[in-house]
Amino acid sequence: MKKQHSESDIPSAPFFRKETPCLTAQEAFLLAHKKHHTSIRLSRALLLAAFLALWEISVSFHWIDGFFFSSPSRIASCFLSMLQDGSLAANLGITLCETVFSFLLVILIGIFCATLLWYSHSASEILEPYLVVLNSLPKSALAPLFIVWLGTGMTTIIVAGISVALFGCIISLYTGFKQVDEEKIKLIYTLGGNKIDVYRKVILPGSIPTILSTMKVNIGLALVGVIIGEFLAARRGLGYLIIYGSQVFQLNLVITSILILCIIAMLLYQCIQWAEHWYRKRL
Amino acid sequence: MSEPILTLKGIRYSYHSLTGEIPALKDISFQVKNGEFLALVGPSGCGKSTLLNIIAQLMEPEGGTISFQNPDGSIHYPRIGYMLQHDHLFEWRSIYQNVTLGLEIQKKLTPEQKERVNRLLQDYGLYSFRHKRPSELSGGMRQRAALIRTLALDPEILLLDEPFSALDYQTRLTVSADICRIIRKSGKTAILITHDLSEAVSIADRILVLSARPATIKAEIPIHLTLADDSLLAARKAPEFGSYFNQLWEELADEKAAL
Repeated sequence: MKKQHSESDIPSAPFFRKETPCLTAQEAFLLAHKKHHTSIRLSRALLLAAFLALWEISVSFHWIDGFFFSSPSRIASCFLSMLQDGSLAANLGITLCETVFSFLLVILIGIFCATLLWYSHSASEILEPYLVVLNSLPKSALAPLFIVWLGTGMTTIIVAGISVALFGCIISLYTGFKQVDEEKIKLIYTLGGNKIDVYRKVILPGSIPTILSTMKVNIGLALVGVIIGEFLAARRGLGYLIIYGSQVFQLNLVITSILILCIIAMLLYQCIQWAEHWYRKRL
Repeated sequence: MSEPILTLKGIRYSYHSLTGEIPALKDISFQVKNGEFLALVGPSGCGKSTLLNIIAQLMEPEGGTISFQNPDGSIHYPRIGYMLQHDHLFEWRSIYQNVTLGLEIQKKLTPEQKERVNRLLQDYGLYSFRHKRPSELSGGMRQRAALIRTLALDPEILLLDEPFSALDYQTRLTVSADICRIIRKSGKTAILITHDLSEAVSIADRILVLSARPATIKAEIPIHLTLADDSLLAARKAPEFGSYFNQLWEELADEKAAL
């Protein structure tokens, strides 16, 4: 093989460079990677813009009825007026507060119950069919019961939020706890530990990735439960605004509320994602 | 080196399942002398790990007795250190937190013990890595960290359950020699399970060959090697190495034929 010359060996190197951009394979790879990501982002933004433009045009040319389908401009003005009269902050605040509260309760109760199930093998065997039934039951069917038992108000809504997410959360956490390597558990016993040490030193710290992924699922489920609760038993909140808006045919209000819901669902999910990143980085 | 530290008599153990009883150990009796390095070899699945679990008191034998005579005359069951097949260093702990795990569990994390752990880390060349995560260490270093975790509790008897089998061959040769030198230097009694006959011959003072399940002790082979130097692979170059290896091979070949 011929000996490779470095660039400085070639007198005409600068000239040569001008003609063809000479990239190393790594630089080319990075550039391609960056290009790909930029084009994905651009396509996403374009898709949204095209959808909004089509929507607006369809309404302004009366292809569809703006009364039923609203339009981006109507939504924007509805949003601004909600912002000005403070109804946005109040309703959004209530829904967010209920969601976060029921989410935190789901995670706490979920970890607690999964721990008990892990600790007592008999308990998990006895309770398994009940958990499966409760998990597959459509929880919205329970909402009327909650209203009768707890009245209309924040408690009912938080309970509805919890009921949607809790059983799935317990099952997935318990499964996660059970999947921890038997040999790691044996290690704790060989070091003179007991079952509590196994839980504290292996099961819990080893299950943090499972807990985080369960959280990602449950933040969405808690929001679903809270909106169901608000449909049925609230006088404030985004779910209430949607139901109220549809009853008085203020569809601008309905669609604006739905869009706000989209945004907070995304933000809540993003928060957990950040927590996960932070955990990974710390590791 | 002559007085026994542990005596097993007529140890028996069976596994139970709905389809029947599977006898794993049948009438196992042997002695371990203080400071001895004992290797257990046998066909796979013959119950070697069960035997270690019983010695470590993680399992109760169904029959037989284990008695102990501590060299210092004390009457506690000898402190057991157990090294598993994989290092099982926890990724969510630094190396230092990993090696002090046993002390932490037994609530013995005193300044003197911390000092001792630091000395062990220095002796075995891991001191500068003590704040690293396990994934940043090589396989050999991880196994050494696992050994320090075991030694931190100052065990009187070390049980090694194929601790090198997860390593690649090159690493395995050096790491096994390295770790065994550490154990010998500390003067501890050790019982090693291995599949690797050359590893058993090069490391042990005495080899017990177990039969196929239900396991009994089939043969006992004391090993005396003439070492030319103190290099890591000296034992494998010893003139007697080959004949011991063949003897072991034939004992085990009989067992395989019997299966």
